[in-house]
Amino acid sequence: MLYRTLFPRDLFAELDRMQRVLQQSYDPSPSIRGFERGGYPALNVGSTPQSVEIYAFAPGLDPALIDVQIEKGVLTIAGERKIERPSVDDKTTQHLDERFAGRFRRVLTLPDDVDANAVSARYRDGVLHISIQRRAAAQPRRIAIQ
Amino acid sequence: MTDKTVASTNAPAQGEVALLPPVDVIEDASGITLYADLPGVAKDKLHLQVEADTLEISGEMSLEIRDGMESTHVEVGSPRFKRVFTLSKELDCEKVTAEFDQGVLKLRIPKAIHAQPRKVEIRVG
Repeated sequence: MLYRTLFPRDLFAELDRMQRVLQQSYDPSPSIRGFERGGYPALNVGSTPQSVEIYAFAPGLDPALIDVQIEKGVLTIAGERKIERPSVDDKTTQHLDERFAGRFRRVLTLPDDVDANAVSARYRDGVLHISIQRRAAAQPRRIAIQ
Repeated sequence: MTDKTVASTNAPAQGEVALLPPVDVIEDASGITLYADLPGVAKDKLHLQVEADTLEISGEMSLEIRDGMESTHVEVGSPRFKRVFTLSKELDCEKVTAEFDQGVLKLRIPKAIHAQPRKVEIRVG
């Protein structure tokens, strides 16, 4: 799910989107996992020298039902989003239907130096924040010159 | 309010980009229910405003960001959400109720009593 911005104010985001669409049609060899924008939950990924930080924008879930797994350097976030729908009868009308509903699964290849045993995950205000430590050996070290 | 300000109500203030939260809007006989996804927004950072016939939903995310973090992949590119709707006359803005839990807003806007459906009898004669 991509959170759109209002077009007149955000021409650059719109150009960025168009460029990605063009790239998709011209890139003859995309990643085999096709990690691209537009899935649910939306993901932001950041990195620090000590850790990899993943933010999954997944509002309205029961944290107990989100399945987060790391296997062979691949992070998977999966689950199901059930949302309240009105009982369908002739007196209700759904005017807008934009929110994601149903099963989801997003897969992300992690950098080689992460430690799969040092992971923390928190769910707050509808955002799942996963923090994965990098292995100590891979962290930059200042070398003293003698 | 001049025409200019009315026309620009949907655009965020200068220099600030806001995301449109996805919404579901469901209408039944007694009112309208609106659900909006605003992930990362804490309860005290959510603002709801009904003014004249417009409903404005806005909010700001507060994410824990580590010092020195560099973004490597960004799908949510702004910490702000904003969306404006025009309400119709039969809705009773005084009686709007709101719930907000884990980034999901549920708004209930009832219809004014006089606007609720009545069955019109058609007599053939």
